[in-house]
Amino acid sequence: MIRIFATATVLLLAALPLRAATEIQEVTSPGGITAWLVQEPSIPMVALQFSFRGGASQDNPEKLGAINLMVGLLEEGAGPLSATRFAERSDELGARLRFSTGRDSVNISASMLTGNLDESVELLRLALIEPTFGETAFERVRGQVNSGLRSDATDPQAIAGNAFRAMTFPDHPYGLSTDGTLETIANLTPDDMRAAHRNTLGRNNVYIGVVGDISPETLGELLDTLLGALPDDISDAVADVQPLLETGTTVIDFDTPQSVVVFSQPGLKRDDPDYLAAYVLNHIVGGRSSTARLTVEVREKRGLTYGISSFLLPYQHAALYMGGFSSGNETVSEAVSLVQTEWAKLAAEGVTAAELETAKRYLTGAYPLRFDGNAAIAGILAGLQVAELPITYIAERNALVDAVTLEEINRVAAELYQPEKLRFVIAGQPSE
Amino acid sequence: MQRFVGLVALIIFGAPAAWAQKVPVTSYTLENGMEVVVIEDNRAPIVTHMLWYRVGAADEPAGKSGIAHFLEHLLFKGTEAVPDGTFSEVIEANGGNDNAFTSQDYTAYFQQVAVDRLPLMMEMEADRMRGLILDDAAMLTERDVVLEERALRTDSDPGSLFSEQRNAAQFLNHPYGTPVIGWLDEVNALTLQDALDFYNLYYAPNNAVLVVAGDVEPEAVYALAQQYYGPLAPSEGIQKRLRPQEPPQRAARRITYRDARVATPYVIRSYLAANRQSGSQTEAAALSLLADVLGGGGITSLLGQRLQIEEDIALSSGAFYSGLSYDPDTFGMYVVPKPDVALEDAEARLDATLEFLIENGVDARRLARSKATLLADEIYAMDSQQGLARRYGAALTSGLTVEDVAAWPDILQAVTEDDILQAARDVLDIRRSVTGYLMGEKETSQ
Repeated sequence: MIRIFATATVLLLAALPLRAATEIQEVTSPGGITAWLVQEPSIPMVALQFSFRGGASQDNPEKLGAINLMVGLLEEGAGPLSATRFAERSDELGARLRFSTGRDSVNISASMLTGNLDESVELLRLALIEPTFGETAFERVRGQVNSGLRSDATDPQAIAGNAFRAMTFPDHPYGLSTDGTLETIANLTPDDMRAAHRNTLGRNNVYIGVVGDISPETLGELLDTLLGALPDDISDAVADVQPLLETGTTVIDFDTPQSVVVFSQPGLKRDDPDYLAAYVLNHIVGGRSSTARLTVEVREKRGLTYGISSFLLPYQHAALYMGGFSSGNETVSEAVSLVQTEWAKLAAEGVTAAELETAKRYLTGAYPLRFDGNAAIAGILAGLQVAELPITYIAERNALVDAVTLEEINRVAAELYQPEKLRFVIAGQPSE
Repeated sequence: MQRFVGLVALIIFGAPAAWAQKVPVTSYTLENGMEVVVIEDNRAPIVTHMLWYRVGAADEPAGKSGIAHFLEHLLFKGTEAVPDGTFSEVIEANGGNDNAFTSQDYTAYFQQVAVDRLPLMMEMEADRMRGLILDDAAMLTERDVVLEERALRTDSDPGSLFSEQRNAAQFLNHPYGTPVIGWLDEVNALTLQDALDFYNLYYAPNNAVLVVAGDVEPEAVYALAQQYYGPLAPSEGIQKRLRPQEPPQRAARRITYRDARVATPYVIRSYLAANRQSGSQTEAAALSLLADVLGGGGITSLLGQRLQIEEDIALSSGAFYSGLSYDPDTFGMYVVPKPDVALEDAEARLDATLEFLIENGVDARRLARSKATLLADEIYAMDSQQGLARRYGAALTSGLTVEDVAAWPDILQAVTEDDILQAARDVLDIRRSVTGYLMGEKETSQ
């Protein structure tokens, strides 16, 4: 009875209205900085997401880790405020500022209370424009990064990931650690921080999403206050690269009861015309779904793992199709061969009409669930701009998913799945 | 100029109670004993449907550790109406996400979905409250999944293994000393009958709390709850939860765990501490603020300021206290020393900081900042539908009421310096503590 009910209601999904889809405004400040805004007055807060394209991949290899350390120092002393005073001020204002460094972007998430907006913006402005990079804070934060690097050296997840990247991108920044190494970090100076700051954060490489209780006019002024003094000549020095991937398994011996597995083959860039079809395909194969093929084969039928998934990883300058799981040392080889078998089947046969239908229902129905908070929506708005998608994308996206045909998806499957390039890297002690 | 900004912020926060009423929460009890809580969030046509059971790992029979969590996994295996592990499949076909989680005090199942699917969520969740069908094959495969989960979360992580040992040392008699996921050998021996016994006893409307958050009207939710959950018969076997309690702790306990995988050693101290009690949350509120002024907010806290900034001996530090548990739990703190600082020295500086606090009191500006942060947290909490639903579900399955949850922010704001110092003197008694060192195999102790 329930199953009948479930099927009967599926048709309603397409009608689900999504407020964020219809109400995104592109705001251009008097100074010419643009942002995407959704006005949401029901909570007295504003969520802002800033994504600066570039990220850790822009590091000079000899100064590896400089950008990550610089970003970590933005809130550790700025303008007239010491690191302590900056943190105290943030607490007093109830402002939440989060700084992080990715491979292709530097990201800043800020949540501010409407009642303290001007003061909170001033605090963030100091961090962005007038960071101090004082010697004491520099040493303290460098110590924290070092500690993270030492921990990575005994963490099977990091061991597998680092080894995978080094062999896949041997002569490219994507093969290196975003945090640097103990050696490169040791040689950095506060002047390196100033140089990294000058070359990373700009008006011309920032993408901004804003959601909350704020008018377009106020936002425009805010953007000029916040970002107006940043340079507008930030460039991207990284070259495109083909990942070096051949079939096979690399084992890195590490004494732990459960092996960590990373697997990968070449993927698709975000602007590839087949990207969306590949995205739907991956949902069927390795998405976070109880019916995904890898989950069914490795977890549900055999209990060989707690979780297995795969995902497209479209970097700015390369594209990977990646996946991962953990499995006991005695069972990991069986799990690896199940993934290989599935890959060969996909390359040869593709997916079924029923699988495509199920995936479409889930993906179109669940899309609105991502828009479940101001901070979440601000992140999506910035992400769409980084991906160079149009402002109408949210409204159109489900129709694009629905338009994927079986013929199309299976043509893409035949091209995408390359068992001869599927590489496994295992940290652990797998038994044969 | 900088010294006065604190005052500005506090003036802006002049009316602490005003925002608390902005989260519209209503509650109701069905005739079969099931509680229903509705939280209105009309920003998007989405709903979070959560069913919480007042049973967790601390309610397991001796020798059956892990059964509450294992049963949580098995609840996805099927009923007559939704057979063969297709529960999540139906949710996904309706564009929804679903999952579940287990703690010492509760087990909860949730879906997030378009609001017009709420009736289906209720129909399916009510169906598996009483109609679970299990067989040995499904049970054995899922037990392997749980063993892999334990290997992933615990056995692969020296910090988790250490935490398991510390809890075991902290609780001599109370089941909080047993890990939620269970001891490896006991999980390995769990049977189908163990799961069914636990299920039949505890999964019933009079042991459940339904929390619905989203774009809904309370009256409509009650009508649906009545329709789907109302016909379920209550269980006769539900008793007030009486777990073995801790005897008075009279001797400080110390443990050292060494593991070759530890790259960053640290020292961590915990003390037995009171939890939030219905109608009497003042002591817990004082402990919450004590944790915040002592070790919340990174370098602005007392520990951060002294150990990371002034003495420059620590990479990080902090204090933790939740207060949200059915029985008394712990108040804790930790120091991650810089590589050239011994754990003994870090512990000595930690103790010196505690003495400093008790002798010198709490800096008024630090306390004001903590309160301002808590107020801001309340506003940001409204931005998370699932977060709000979890807040009410966790509280109601930990012995609190909707009124207690609503009153909590004001109780926090009313805490005084004297309250905090009294709580510190009561709780921070070394005889009631466990101190743990996590070390690599090479470091020497002095």
